[in-house]
Amino acid sequence: MAKVLVVTSGKGGVGKTTSTAALGAALAQMGQNVVVIDFDVGLRNLDLVMGAERRVVFDLINVVQGVAKLPQALIRDKRLENLWLLPASQTRDKDALTEEGVKRVIADLKTKFDWILCDSPAGIERGATLAMRYADEAIIVTNPEVSSVRDSDRIIGMLDSKTARAERGERVEKHLLVTRYDAGRAARGEMLSIDDILEILATPLLGIVPESQDVLRASNVGCPVTLNAAGSAPAKAYTDAVRRLMGEAVEMTVPVERKGLMDRLLRRRAA
Amino acid sequence: MMNVMRLFGGRAASAPVARERLQILLSHERGRTGAPDLLETLRSEILSVVSKHIDVDPDKVVVRMDRGKFVSMLEVDIEVPNGVQRSKMVAAT
Repeated sequence: MAKVLVVTSGKGGVGKTTSTAALGAALAQMGQNVVVIDFDVGLRNLDLVMGAERRVVFDLINVVQGVAKLPQALIRDKRLENLWLLPASQTRDKDALTEEGVKRVIADLKTKFDWILCDSPAGIERGATLAMRYADEAIIVTNPEVSSVRDSDRIIGMLDSKTARAERGERVEKHLLVTRYDAGRAARGEMLSIDDILEILATPLLGIVPESQDVLRASNVGCPVTLNAAGSAPAKAYTDAVRRLMGEAVEMTVPVERKGLMDRLLRRRAA
Repeated sequence: MMNVMRLFGGRAASAPVARERLQILLSHERGRTGAPDLLETLRSEILSVVSKHIDVDPDKVVVRMDRGKFVSMLEVDIEVPNGVQRSKMVAAT
């Protein structure tokens, strides 16, 4: 049974798109059939983060409006054959997306894939509400920072009221993914800790992704971090998160980014 | 030099890759604001010309694009069944 997940946050720049690419790739690496959809109409970026920007021909709006068929718009990942991308339109505006159209596309994708990951735009307007509209589960991406936590709280409220599931009296299962976490700064009291965030948002934790240069490097080269730096701390965090999504009990660890020349040399020798 | 960078920097810097990817992408996207994207125009006109003469099954059309730094490639695969239905335009001439 296909699952529809929305990756959302309210606030921009917290890592929704990076996380969508990494989670999608991690699921595909585990043999699942995955499609990631960019809902950020007008400001698409999932194609760029996944390294498919040169190959976009059709997009979600074209499919919604019937200009293109779904198989024509889907772009297959060059590294993982069971990972697909449905890009957003760069030239149209978000009003071109209709609720009915999105419903139809998602119903169609459900017959072909195990996982449908919807990368939400920032904000709480049409694009964001449509991205979450037909979700079964939600991943709320939060940074350990006051404005991000506040916006996540707002989004959690919307997931409980504005989704198709909520309107049917069912619930959208919610998961919290904390990104850009710096364990050292949290320990020194310079940054909100995981416990602080969990206490405020009262949402189950899916994973903790450390602040890491591997994440930036992965988007520089257009390759999800779980593929580009498979052994890195963020890759492990995303892979563990995916295992939890699939129902496995994986112990939650606070990943620490190893730094410094000595560590690198030691790790190199060990590998 | 590269080896020294690898030893001390862990691996080769990724920023130059990012820079080049962005340059290619933006050179295509900037062109789009003034005149419409050439590849986009070609794609839709090729399809409309072909479908004037033969009934094209939209499911059997594969359009692939690869935007490069110096040249881009537009690939249009149209499956034409044997004994094709000719459309009215051709029948009338």
